[in-house]
Amino acid sequence: MTTVLDRSKAHSESDVQQWLRMYRQMLMIRLFEEQVNDLYTRALMPGLAHLYTGQEAVAVGICEALRLDDYITSTHRGHGHCLAKGAQLGAMFAELLGKEAGYCKGKGGSMHIADPDTGNLGANAIVGGSAGIATGAAFSAKRLNTGQVAVCFFGDGAMGQGLLYEVMNMAALWTLPVIYVCENNLYNEYTHNSETLAGDMLTRAVGFGVPGERIDGQEVRKVYATAKTMVARVRAGAGPAFLVCDTYRFHGHHVGDINREYYRSKQEEQQWKTERDPVKLMLDWLTTEKVANRAQLDQIQNEVKAEVEKAVQFAMAAPYPAVDRVAQDVYA
Amino acid sequence: MTLGEAVREALAEEMRRDSRVFICGEDIAEAGTVFKVLTGLVDEFGKERVLDTPISEAGFTGIAVGAAMTGMRPVVDIMFGDFSTLVMDQMVNQAAKVRYMSGGKCKVPMVMRATLGASRRSAAQHSQSLHAWFAHIPGLKVVLPSTPYDAKGLMKTAIRDDNPVVFFEDKMMYKLKGPVPAEDYTIPFGVADIKRVGTDITIIATSSMVQVALDAAKMLEEFDISAEVIDPRTVWPLDEKTLIESAKKTSRVIVVDEGYERYGVTAEIASVIAEGAFFSLEAPVKRIGAMHVPIPFSPPLEDATIPTERQVFGAAKALCG
Ligand SMILES: Cc1ncc(C[n+]2csc(CCOP(=O)(O)OP(=O)(O)O)c2C)c(N)n1
Ligand SMILES: [Mg+2]
Repeated sequence: MTTVLDRSKAHSESDVQQWLRMYRQMLMIRLFEEQVNDLYTRALMPGLAHLYTGQEAVAVGICEALRLDDYITSTHRGHGHCLAKGAQLGAMFAELLGKEAGYCKGKGGSMHIADPDTGNLGANAIVGGSAGIATGAAFSAKRLNTGQVAVCFFGDGAMGQGLLYEVMNMAALWTLPVIYVCENNLYNEYTHNSETLAGDMLTRAVGFGVPGERIDGQEVRKVYATAKTMVARVRAGAGPAFLVCDTYRFHGHHVGDINREYYRSKQEEQQWKTERDPVKLMLDWLTTEKVANRAQLDQIQNEVKAEVEKAVQFAMAAPYPAVDRVAQDVYA
Repeated sequence: MTLGEAVREALAEEMRRDSRVFICGEDIAEAGTVFKVLTGLVDEFGKERVLDTPISEAGFTGIAVGAAMTGMRPVVDIMFGDFSTLVMDQMVNQAAKVRYMSGGKCKVPMVMRATLGASRRSAAQHSQSLHAWFAHIPGLKVVLPSTPYDAKGLMKTAIRDDNPVVFFEDKMMYKLKGPVPAEDYTIPFGVADIKRVGTDITIIATSSMVQVALDAAKMLEEFDISAEVIDPRTVWPLDEKTLIESAKKTSRVIVVDEGYERYGVTAEIASVIAEGAFFSLEAPVKRIGAMHVPIPFSPPLEDATIPTERQVFGAAKALCG
C-alpha cells in the first residue's frame, strides 16, 4: 500500500502502517459481513450466520498484538476473529457456502472455521466450548517452550459456563500463557446480561489471582495497546490474563433475528451505530490526526471492496464437495 | 394445531393444573425459545415460572434435579439436544440414580426437553440426535413424539410422571400440523402407535423418521407392497410386544431412527425383534440411521447423512423382493 503522509504530527512510519493496517482489517471484516448478510438474505447461504459487525476493533486490536503462530480460539460469532488472525477471504466465503475450497472443505461452515496455518484452532458453536482448547494450547506452548500465547475469545454469555472457571483456575495454578478475552456485547442471544450475570465480571478472575482489565472495545488503538502489554506479560511467563472488551453487535443475534425490539430498543442500537462504530471512530481519528487523507482512505476502501467482491465470486463459482467426501476426516 | 403449539399447550395446561410446575432455560421467557415454541407462556405465568437462565446448562439442570427432589416439578429446556453433553452428569449420575441410591426414599419428577435432528445446515454441534444416550441409562425415560397429538399427550404424561423424563422434539417438526382434541388427555408411556396398518413389511420409526416411513410406505403401495408403520413413541419404556407382534405378522422389519446406528436405537430394536420374532422372520432386520460421521455443514454432504424415504423405500423393496 502506498501512503503519502502528512508529517505535521510526526507519526512514525511504522505506527502509520500499523494504524492503516488495523483500519483496513476492520473494514474488511465489515464488508465481509455485509456480503454475508446479503448472501444470506438472498437465500444463497445455508444455515445460520452470526455477524461480527460492530465488534471489529476487538478482534483486530488483539490479533494485531499477536504473532502469526500464536493461537486463538473463536466462537459462533467468529468471522472477525478468523479474518483478523489472517484468514483469506475466498476460503472464508467458500466455507460459509459449504464449498470444497472452504477452510474446512465445507464440513464446518460459519460456526466452525479453523485455520491452523494462522494459529486459529477453530470457531466453536458451543458457548464457552473452546475455553479448554485455548488453555490446552497454552499448556502445549509452555511445555514445548515455543513462546506462543493463546487467546480465547468468548462472549459475555460464556461467563455462565463452568468450564471457563475450571480452566482459568488451572491456567493460574500452572501459569499458562493464555488470555481470556470476553467480548461483552451486553446480550446473550435475546437476553440482556443484567439478567444473567451476577456481581462483577473482572472480580471473578481476580478470585483466581488472574489479573483483569476492562476496556472500551470500540477503540481499536486502545484495544491494541492494552493487548500488546498483556501479551508481552503473558508471553514472558506471568501466567494468564483476563480482558473484558465492552462492545456491541450491530445486527441481530443471527441474520434472521430481525424483529428484536422486545429485547433491545432501536434507539440503543442507533446510538451505538452513530456514536460508537469502531470503523467510523478509527476513520475519524485517522482523518483528524491527518494520518491519511481522504483519497488514501477511499483507496483502501475501494481495494478492500474489490477484494471482498472477488472472493464472493470465487466462492459462488466454487464446486460443492463430492458426496463421497462425507465419510472422510472422521478419524486421523 | 402444530407440534410446537401442542407442546406449548401441554405445558400451559399442566402449569395451570399444578402450581409446582415451572420451566427454566435460555431465552425462554420473552423470546419464547429460539424456536418460538414457548411464546406467550411468560405472559400468563410470569418470569418466576418461565425462568430465563444464564447459559449454564449443567447448573440449571442440577438446580432442577434438586428442586424436583424437594417438591417442585421442573421442566428444563435444553435448546439443542447437542448440549446434552453439558448436562450429562446431572441427568445420568444425579437425576437417574437418586431414586435407586436412596433406596426408594427420594424421587426426581422432572422433564428435560431437548431438540434433535439434522437438515437445518447447522453443522456438527447443532444437529445431533443423542436420545440413545439417555435410553441407555436405568432410571431415565425417553420420549420422542412424531405428531402434535402424541406430543401433547406424552408431554402431559411426562410432567405427571414421578421420574426424570427426557423429551426430544425434532426441530424440523415444530410446524407439522395435526388434530389435537380440546379436552384433557394423556398418552401412557410404553405404548407404541401403529401409524399405518400393513401386511408385508413392518417399518418401525421414531420422531421425524415416522413421516419418512409413511412416505416410503406410500411409494411401496405403488409396487403392491403393504407396509405397516409403527412408532414406539417412547424408546424407554419400549413396547416390545407390539413391535414383536407386527414383526411376526409381516415377517420383515426395517428400523429407522435419526440417531447413529452403532449402539443406537435401531440396534436395540433390531435385537428385540431378533429375539422375539426370530422364527417368523424372512430376512434379517434392516437398520437405517444417521451415517456414522459428525453432521457436516455443506448441504450435499449433510443430505447424504440423514435417512430418506427413498432409502427406506429401496431397503423395503429389497427385503420384499
Ligand atoms: C452451551 C451452549 N448453550 C447454548 C447455546 C445457544 N447459543 C448460541 S449463541 C448464544 C448466546 C451467546 O451469547 P454470548 O456468549 O454473549 O455471545 P454473542 O452471541 O453475544 O456474541 C446461545 C445461548 C450454545 N450454542 N451453546
Ligand atoms: Mg454477548
